[in-house]
Amino acid sequence: MKIAVLSGKGGTGKTTISASFAASIASCQYIDCDVEEPNGYIFLNPDIQRSQQVKVLVPEVDKAKCDGCGACGTACQFNAIAVLKGEVLLFHEICHHCGACVIACPRDAIYEQERMIGVIEANKNDNFLHGKLNVGEPISVPIIQELKNLIKKDKPVIIDCSPGASCAVVQSIEECDYCVLVTEPTPFGLHDLEIAVQLVRKMKMPFGIIINKASDDSKLIHDYCRSEGIKILMEIPFSTEIAKAYSEGILPIQKDIVLKQKFEKLYEKLVRGEYQ
Amino acid sequence: MSLLVKDKMLADCDVDAPNMHILLKPEVLDKDDYYGAKEAVIDSSICLECGMCRESCRFGAISETFNMIPMKCEGCGACVLVCPQEAIRLEDVKTGETYLSNTQRGTFSYALLDIGAEGSGKLVTEVRKKITNHKKNEKWLLIDGSPGIGCVVIASITGADAVVVVTEPTKSGLSDLERVLGVTKHFEIPAFVCINKYDLNNEISSQIERYCENNGFSVVGKIPFDPSIVKALQEFKTPVEAGNSHVTDEIISIWTKVTEKLN
Repeated sequence: MKIAVLSGKGGTGKTTISASFAASIASCQYIDCDVEEPNGYIFLNPDIQRSQQVKVLVPEVDKAKCDGCGACGTACQFNAIAVLKGEVLLFHEICHHCGACVIACPRDAIYEQERMIGVIEANKNDNFLHGKLNVGEPISVPIIQELKNLIKKDKPVIIDCSPGASCAVVQSIEECDYCVLVTEPTPFGLHDLEIAVQLVRKMKMPFGIIINKASDDSKLIHDYCRSEGIKILMEIPFSTEIAKAYSEGILPIQKDIVLKQKFEKLYEKLVRGEYQ
Repeated sequence: MSLLVKDKMLADCDVDAPNMHILLKPEVLDKDDYYGAKEAVIDSSICLECGMCRESCRFGAISETFNMIPMKCEGCGACVLVCPQEAIRLEDVKTGETYLSNTQRGTFSYALLDIGAEGSGKLVTEVRKKITNHKKNEKWLLIDGSPGIGCVVIASITGADAVVVVTEPTKSGLSDLERVLGVTKHFEIPAFVCINKYDLNNEISSQIERYCENNGFSVVGKIPFDPSIVKALQEFKTPVEAGNSHVTDEIISIWTKVTEKLN
């Protein structure tokens, strides 16, 4: 079963929840798809054994063949090619690697070369995987795609997504069996939860909610979930102790066996389809 | 800062999950749909199902039955170029809405990205363009950025005079801080660091300070962990509005230090 953990907002505890979840399920594969700022490794301490580069194809121009007609620049929908006074300027960082410029060139003057935009690192058996976008690179989706190609079919999989609700999150949760939405009981938390709910509903994915840092103020999330008919899967209370442990890279389940059992039970219920 | 800094405009560039409008209660002056992406459309009455489009598409956006899968289409137009029947065209797709508004704290620009849409970086650029077009004589533009280091963050900080990076004393916080400071360095934008909840873990706070010192970044502020801040936010109040004088003084000091360093 493939479970994605997401939240509209940063700092809600998505990594705490997904890493706790992964650490509670036997022989589980944990995939950190927050490739802009991966943090799961801090909590799961994987023994990184291999690293693979993620490469994309970007255009180069064969100046001997190019006559500066500008067809490539016209074809490129992402402003990654500009043709000025017959000279082709390439902006590789914003290229979407679609190959339209190659198709458009009437003189076969464009060829493609590989360019490294980040890496994927894994432990020995790929039970831990994360991607890291190179600093200064804007486009993360190809790394997420590559990570998802490494999913093992016969294992439970937990996918830690990036914050927000844009294309990177769409890519991360696609083809998952269930989405766990993490939220915190503040007006901002609720606002961003609503965005995440819209996303999973649009993608027609089954989902439920975990309230992190729950307190007396959780009523606002409860009211919302009741009116929307959304299942609350679990609540993790606000605790300074948990926050301190988190700061050191220690998961709450390492200190609280009952909480670990709750994650185990939750997984069993999800597998049985109780929350579909 | 939006309450303390005079003579400024405001922009929320966290277009994925903007939150500032919740606090600012803006009076919207101008709302526009934003068309930030394209999508291919196949005219099935002309299509001969030759398969060339599917072969050219690197995103797997064309189904076995020659239907476009909108969430996978990047709008690159490769399929348009190869189709011998000219059965495919690109159409503009709405990816969000932009808002220009009045608030008690100055002109404010923000946007809402459509759910699951592409081109969030482009939308950020649009938010900034809108507010710049509306500039009167304001001296400052305060931009609320987004988490991460990718296109949204890059679009938010491009051309800024300075960046204030907010971090917290956790191992994750330090890891993220190193990456985002890498981005500011890459684009050669002066960056300053503020440690939020610094006393939650004094040891990691010192570690962050050491990291900044060794890498040439100033720590301009340290805000304590104070449950009353969360309480205030639950009532839609910033620490400044809630009368938390200690935090307010610290934020004033951050602004003073940043502006001094910029001059």
